[in-house]
Amino acid sequence: MPAPNFMIVLPEIFLGAAAMALLIVGVYAGPRAVRAVTWLSALALAVTAAILLQPAWSAGGVTRQVGLFGMFVNDGLGVFTQTLVIVGSILSLLIAVRYNEREGIARVEFPVLVLISTAGMMMMIAANDLISLYLGLELQSLALYVLAAFARDNVRSTEAGLKYFVLGAVASGMLLFGASLVYGFAGTTSFDGLAKLFANGGGNGIGLITGIVFISVGLAFKVSAVPFHMWTPDVYEGAPTPVTAYFAVAPKIAALTLFLRVMLEPFGGLAGDWQQIIWAISAASMVWGAFAAIAQSNIKRLMAYSSIGHVGYALIGLAAGSAAGVRGVLVYLAIYLFMNVGTFAVILCMRRDGKMVEGIDDLAGLSRTHPALALALAIFMFSLAGIPPLAGFFGKLYVFMAAIDAGLPVLAVIGVLSSVVGAYYYLRIVKVMYFDEARGAFERPLGGEVAAVVLVCAIIILFFIVWPGPLLNGAGAVAATLFPG
Amino acid sequence: MLHIGLAHYLTVAAILFTLGIFGIFLNRKNVIIILMSVELMLLAVNINFVAFSAFLHDLVGQVFAMFVLTVAAAEAAIGLAILVVYFRNRGTIAVEDISQMKG
Repeated sequence: MPAPNFMIVLPEIFLGAAAMALLIVGVYAGPRAVRAVTWLSALALAVTAAILLQPAWSAGGVTRQVGLFGMFVNDGLGVFTQTLVIVGSILSLLIAVRYNEREGIARVEFPVLVLISTAGMMMMIAANDLISLYLGLELQSLALYVLAAFARDNVRSTEAGLKYFVLGAVASGMLLFGASLVYGFAGTTSFDGLAKLFANGGGNGIGLITGIVFISVGLAFKVSAVPFHMWTPDVYEGAPTPVTAYFAVAPKIAALTLFLRVMLEPFGGLAGDWQQIIWAISAASMVWGAFAAIAQSNIKRLMAYSSIGHVGYALIGLAAGSAAGVRGVLVYLAIYLFMNVGTFAVILCMRRDGKMVEGIDDLAGLSRTHPALALALAIFMFSLAGIPPLAGFFGKLYVFMAAIDAGLPVLAVIGVLSSVVGAYYYLRIVKVMYFDEARGAFERPLGGEVAAVVLVCAIIILFFIVWPGPLLNGAGAVAATLFPG
Repeated sequence: MLHIGLAHYLTVAAILFTLGIFGIFLNRKNVIIILMSVELMLLAVNINFVAFSAFLHDLVGQVFAMFVLTVAAAEAAIGLAILVVYFRNRGTIAVEDISQMKG
């Protein structure tokens, strides 16, 4: 038996070791080390990203490597989305530092849990076997349940944690039941083995199809696609705001990548069967995300429905099942990351009379009290609505183009129509900020880190059109490797 | 004598799994029952894995079952911890009272 090739999981190993080391530091040094541990965690994430990207910068580029007895794979798709996940984690850590201190929930476990869940997300992105898929998924989920309930003296935060735990456990159970059926009827849990089986036209039995349906249901839960979205609004509303920002980006990117990989690699030979399922949940997510958000008055809840809608748009690319579709999804995810982190960083600044406010009417007159914040939020809202020339427009453009090329014009039309409905509630926020009677200023915004994150996200969203090359070419190259020939 | 084959094991596992799901969605009383139902679902999956593993003469299924057991233990620990924290805040763990947020 050949020696296992640990090099392909070096970033994950480093991140896991860093998380444990920082946990020890935190336990010994106690509460006074919170800030140091948070900054060291961000540094550890940055080092992980450097280790991850090192082969991509070297001459050979990223080639597909399978290792550790076929459990993990390292390829362009993995490197691309793992980088996005790490960026999302770093940005969430940065905006959390002072928020946690002010709300009295600054504890060393917070950055450590973020590191552990990021390691889980990287594992699930790199999974090449149903076993490693399940373990990566659970590593991230278990850490995320605790993060949702992190404000442990707050009723709503603990309720969010409880709801997330129960529905997440159901989703994992479904996925696992599907995995057991696939294992039994295909005789293997390895993605390569499954791909070979389906490519040779085998395995059209009812047992296998049932298994694949259960796995899709489990994954749809994790990406919060309609009709498996019911946990999202409650969890987003109840969890502390930096945690919500984290939930909205990193786990979503990881779960969508997993969805892409599972559907295209092992089950790629059955595209005709699963495409209709993806079509239906994509259309339902877009429509429900647009209509349910209209009635919301809490901005975090509104962002939850917005994220359900955005998952629907991203799934269009998967429904297309082509290289152009995958490129669309990857571009979408990258842009979605910056729009969402930026929006939540602005929401973090909504504090008046010594407590956080989350109502959309609390933003009234923001343009007069905090013009810079209002301008940034307006940029993010226009981008989320998909108005050119902001980045959000291009995200939508590429998935819609892929859908039309793949012969799914109806799905593209549903997408455009629900964007129009969605534009109403995004632009309502802009209207409230710029044209409503001012409600009194917020307290002094949250210091340098949040300002820097808002600024960076706003610049990326605003000026994406000037220099879109790196993202588009990178995503295109990654997508092409998934569809050889 | 009745021969017990793969189909019997799969049927038992499917019944247990369905009971677990119904236990979660129909139960209006106590969150502890939900935790028990989650365990029931995971154990039903384990029956599937072990039965398939024996049927296929392949060890991977039993390895998977071991991992599932380990994760189920961690999951129960975290679920109970969150439940304790919730009880401290609300003083109740009845399912109908978990409704601070709606919409």
